Amino acid sequence: MEKITFEQLQEEMYYEKLNNGLDVYILPKKGFNKTYATFTTKYGSIDNHFLPPGKDEYVKVPDGIAHFLEHKLFEKEDGDVFQQFSKQGASANAFTSFTRTAYLFSSTSNVDKNLETLIDFVQEPYFTEKTVEKEKGIIGQEITMYDDNPDWRLYFGLIQNMYKNHPVSIDIAGTIESISHITKDMLYECYETFYHPSNMLFFVVGPVNPEEIMGLIKDNQGKKEYKNKPEIKRIFEEEQAGVAEKKQVLKMNVQTSKCLFGIKAADPTESGKELLKKELSINVMLDILFGKSSENYTELYGSGLIDDTFSYDYTEEQGFGFAMVGGDTNEPDELASKLEAMLMDAKAGKGLTDDNLERTKKKKIGAFLRAVNSPEYIANQFTRYAFNDMDLFDVVPVLESLKLDDLKQAANKLIAEERFTVCQVIPKDKQ
Amino acid sequence: MAVISETIKDMKGYKLHIVKTEKFKTNTIVWKMKAPLTSEDVTKRALLPYVLQSSSKAYPSTSKFRSYLDELYGANLYVDVSKKGEYQVLSFSLEIANEKFLSDHDPLLKKGMQFMAEILVNPLAENEAFEKETVEKEKRTLKQRIQAVYDDKMRYSNFRLVQEMCKDEPYALHVNGEIEDIPQIDEKNLYEYYKKAFAEDELDLFIIGDVEEAEVQSIAQDLLQFDQRTPKLIEAAPRDAHVEEKTVKDHEDVKQGKLNIGYRTNVLYGDKDYYALQVFNGIFGGFSHSKLFLNVREKNSLAYYVASRLESHKGLMMVMSGIEFENFELAVKIIREQMEAMQAGDFTDQEIDQTKAVIENQMLETMDTARGMVEVLYHNVVSRQNVSLDDWLEGMSKTTKKEIVDVAKKVQLDTVYFLTGLEADK
Repeated sequence: MEKITFEQLQEEMYYEKLNNGLDVYILPKKGFNKTYATFTTKYGSIDNHFLPPGKDEYVKVPDGIAHFLEHKLFEKEDGDVFQQFSKQGASANAFTSFTRTAYLFSSTSNVDKNLETLIDFVQEPYFTEKTVEKEKGIIGQEITMYDDNPDWRLYFGLIQNMYKNHPVSIDIAGTIESISHITKDMLYECYETFYHPSNMLFFVVGPVNPEEIMGLIKDNQGKKEYKNKPEIKRIFEEEQAGVAEKKQVLKMNVQTSKCLFGIKAADPTESGKELLKKELSINVMLDILFGKSSENYTELYGSGLIDDTFSYDYTEEQGFGFAMVGGDTNEPDELASKLEAMLMDAKAGKGLTDDNLERTKKKKIGAFLRAVNSPEYIANQFTRYAFNDMDLFDVVPVLESLKLDDLKQAANKLIAEERFTVCQVIPKDKQ
Repeated sequence: MAVISETIKDMKGYKLHIVKTEKFKTNTIVWKMKAPLTSEDVTKRALLPYVLQSSSKAYPSTSKFRSYLDELYGANLYVDVSKKGEYQVLSFSLEIANEKFLSDHDPLLKKGMQFMAEILVNPLAENEAFEKETVEKEKRTLKQRIQAVYDDKMRYSNFRLVQEMCKDEPYALHVNGEIEDIPQIDEKNLYEYYKKAFAEDELDLFIIGDVEEAEVQSIAQDLLQFDQRTPKLIEAAPRDAHVEEKTVKDHEDVKQGKLNIGYRTNVLYGDKDYYALQVFNGIFGGFSHSKLFLNVREKNSLAYYVASRLESHKGLMMVMSGIEFENFELAVKIIREQMEAMQAGDFTDQEIDQTKAVIENQMLETMDTARGMVEVLYHNVVSRQNVSLDDWLEGMSKTTKKEIVDVAKKVQLDTVYFLTGLEADK
């Protein structure tokens, strides 16, 4: 077991790669009541075209299957695992993103039992035709719930504008039609491909003794047979550099319009430190441009184009990435053209000064300290970073090292007309 | 050992609550002010914190104001307006890095407290009026905030249920106020209201973090002093009043129906059967092992989400769920059956133990965030009780099956609300 110390943060983390390939991280948090553990596989909604182990033909699976599988893992022959966790005083949950499926629990007692339950339920799939059918009704309601949610439709609408071929544009839960084709055999095939320990990461954070926890996880894994680590082969079709659609307007039953301005990432091929630096550079740039202390924010808010739902973010993973800026507005077209002009000005260097950079770095460092108060944040973000060969605990040193030139280069590369797109939600009765 | 230790000091016009803990890498400062919810003041009150957080005398523009927060290592400031029973509570929260974890050891807590005081007592105002431009900007945003409730159908249907259920009670008021009131508010009458609120509201300051009590107290004393006041209290709602069941349906262009059911629990925070009510709610619909989750979702596949939650200071329990339009009757029937089962004592000792364990877990987890601590401690302020967290946990864990059944029998269905499609059963 390796011990990693973060002096400035006064934290220690323990790490070991087990024989079956599973990465285990433990971060003791003194003074906390809660232990939070996540068991995550590097398998999300984008992994829909792959080679199953032992087969020689690639398969393409129905949209929404990773998320469906997440739901179904909770059900066992003798009932559902939620029951087991609550008997042990824990609350359990799971989520599926574009690139990950995470299973988790949090509890303030019976941590050992809960850890065993978490590992075992994820590693013991039990799917039957009957339970698969039953789940279609529940997930159908989940999909319908999102259909009525204007913010979700806006977000996905923008991604669909950007990507023509990449599966990131597929709704994570799929559609009622696509999930109707899912069978138990397909679920087993996806499970066998992506749930090998060597494709997974276990993270525990809480008031725990790292030796004991590591021992427990090793014992558990030692009792299970895993064949040699299979290589996972995924296929992603070629994606164009520019966006697929410049604009999309969704008419919905709302009172206030919404507008998101998006920029598709340029060359989303990096990983590790390079990706970390790029992501942070762009996020710092967006903060300088659109943060509450910026001239742009003052102008947009003052003229009534935005309200306090306004937000901005940049995120990138293997093969895709995007910047998004916007929120509720009464003038969606006006807002879109203002944002475009502001971004073009930034490309020309406007507002990117050393003073702004230094102030924003301080702001980001403070935000990071706030974030690491949260066990959920640490576990979830650490996993996301690790799957991209990045280290969450490099955030502060990389932030500190950022130079104005890094921001300018990142801005110059990212901001280009062919990568711009707009998605709007407007009230049905408006033109 | 106590789960947390809170020290309360009587200050000039307010109470100072200090929780010393080494858990966090930040310090949290929360100012709360509470007054009865009234139709006369609700909208002004909803606007006030947003005006106060957009500028001040020392930082007379949003950009200067926010730049200073960035300088303080991105101190996070946010305001919030909430309902606690029939009170409207304004909260101002500032979370600031503890310099222990920074390479630059400039003491930040004091600066954070100074900034909080600046917001509260030194607003950008002249001649008994706020700056006009700021008020106008925030009026526009408030209007959008009120409208936004309509666009989120989950919040909207909950709001509509409360509106129908509590028709002639202050609780029916929306916490953000009414659009129709906004035009009448101006920089003068809002300033007048600001004076009134700081003269009459019940005021509380919470400081959570790795701090020294004496130091915090002395800083607070220097920065914040108000006249003494007797907080205005609301008479507790009558218990066990006769309730006539009603059903209300709205038709809108939506894909999923929203079923919201309101019950009168006739039990308030601080009542002796409040603990039993907590456990009751947990077994009925509070968790993923509850009767509602198992029967509505798992057995009948009717919904993705179905849950119940308590409004402890008003004595209400709300069930919420998203279903197909045509499943309305069936879902209501199943939910009614679960309530009948609760009242008939049709639940096991194991369900009781399981629920207690999860409630305890949830409570302890809440104490792992500064914000959660403040919310839990504030229950005592609102209910004028002095229940420590340890008392609370003990009270809850001692609850018996008989007490749970007794409390279940007090719960009365009041209103079934359904937001359904335009074409559904018309």
